[in-house]
Amino acid sequence: MSDANEKKGLIRRFIDAPPDSVGKTIFVAVSLCLVASMVVSAAAVALRPVQEENKLRDKRINVLQVAGVYDDNVPVAEAFAAFEPHVLDLSTGEYTDQFEIETFDALAASDDPAIVRALDEDPAGLGGTMQAYRMIYLLRDDAGEVDKVVLPIEGYGLWSTLYGFIALEENGNDIFGLQFYQHGETPGLGAEVDNPRWKALWNGKKLFTEDGQLAITVAKAAPPAGQEYHVDALAGATLTSVGVDSLVKFWMGEAGYGAFLERLKAGEID
Amino acid sequence: MAQTYRSQLVDPLVDNNPITLQVLGICSALAVTSSMQVAFVMALAVTMVTGFSSLFISMLRNQIPSSIRIIVQMVIIASLVILVDQLLKAYAYEISKTLSVFVGLIITNCIVMGRAEAFAMKNPPVASFIDGVGNGLGYGLLLLVVGFFRELFGAGSLFGVTILETVNNGGWYVPNGMLLLPPSAFFVIGLLIWGIRTWKPAQVEEREYKIQTVEAH
Repeated sequence: MSDANEKKGLIRRFIDAPPDSVGKTIFVAVSLCLVASMVVSAAAVALRPVQEENKLRDKRINVLQVAGVYDDNVPVAEAFAAFEPHVLDLSTGEYTDQFEIETFDALAASDDPAIVRALDEDPAGLGGTMQAYRMIYLLRDDAGEVDKVVLPIEGYGLWSTLYGFIALEENGNDIFGLQFYQHGETPGLGAEVDNPRWKALWNGKKLFTEDGQLAITVAKAAPPAGQEYHVDALAGATLTSVGVDSLVKFWMGEAGYGAFLERLKAGEID
Repeated sequence: MAQTYRSQLVDPLVDNNPITLQVLGICSALAVTSSMQVAFVMALAVTMVTGFSSLFISMLRNQIPSSIRIIVQMVIIASLVILVDQLLKAYAYEISKTLSVFVGLIITNCIVMGRAEAFAMKNPPVASFIDGVGNGLGYGLLLLVVGFFRELFGAGSLFGVTILETVNNGGWYVPNGMLLLPPSAFFVIGLLIWGIRTWKPAQVEEREYKIQTVEAH
């Protein structure tokens, strides 16, 4: 094969060329980039399934933790089986069976146009669109009654979008817990949203006042509605705190889970 | 050859430690030493990267044009770092979350570049590999020592196992919270450098200035 020989001859010529010649410089740069990009992309593609699985597991651990049922010794998949996943249509607050539970996470991760709608107002900094269908998780007590609901929430902080969960009691008003599983806020300041002591502040707070106004606030000072609607802002992380405040207000409000929470309060969710 | 393989491997541990003598790689040493487990994984990652980047760069050293040698070194180092990062995300997800950006920042760790430029460009592959591993281990050893003090006195545990029961958990030990913050690593590293230089005075640098005595008239 004269073709192959000629090609080989070309590469050999480059390898034998003096290192500082122009041809050699370009040859080294191009071939190194080719080899390096192949190695890196091969690793990325080969390891993706394992990484995806880790991410899913991590998300599930967060659902368990926010609902206060995480136990190191129980396998995650087993503990997670206690949760009842539903795909929720946010506009009606009702479950929808348009989507398969198994494949919904993948749809949501890819921001599939079927589940996304444009936003006129975007206080939580979601980039102008929100997911109009969300996967939520119900936890039942021994009697089979709804005990807690875990709702995914997200919004922009200072540097990054914070992704997390909020767990509510069955009355749709009392907060059981809130935590973020992914964010890129400043370590030591905004990243203190992960601090267990700060997360513990959410436990027992209320979303709505008795006349149905959304009152939960993350701020330095307590809102007029009172202490039980107030979570102390993070010191030195004003913008992250404002972000958390807006995203909680957004998702608990009418554009978010409002319709669902109404139904939950009315006891229509079972 | 002036150095044996053994001395190449052992020297960077104390006598020529990249952190305490060369004072390189301090940034990541502050960030990843608040717990020993994280420090251990970081040490492994850096050792892998310094070892293999030195190996590959040394294998290519006669081919690398001097005009683009730094870029070539960076490409090799960066590819290895991405590889390590991907592996961590796949097999040590929790730790990779804690290490976050610091795995990516191994690319800019002066120790890796330093060994590539100073040693691997001039020496055969096996010697370069051992030199890289030795320096990675020297860095790792210091991370572990710093991590030992910070985790033990800051959180009362080692490798996540409780040694000193803290007051928060109903024990007696009041943890020193400052040790969990990055600045404390400065103090620990500073004290270590002091200690090592007292033990081995050969490491003490000569003063760059001299105090002149003015004769009185």
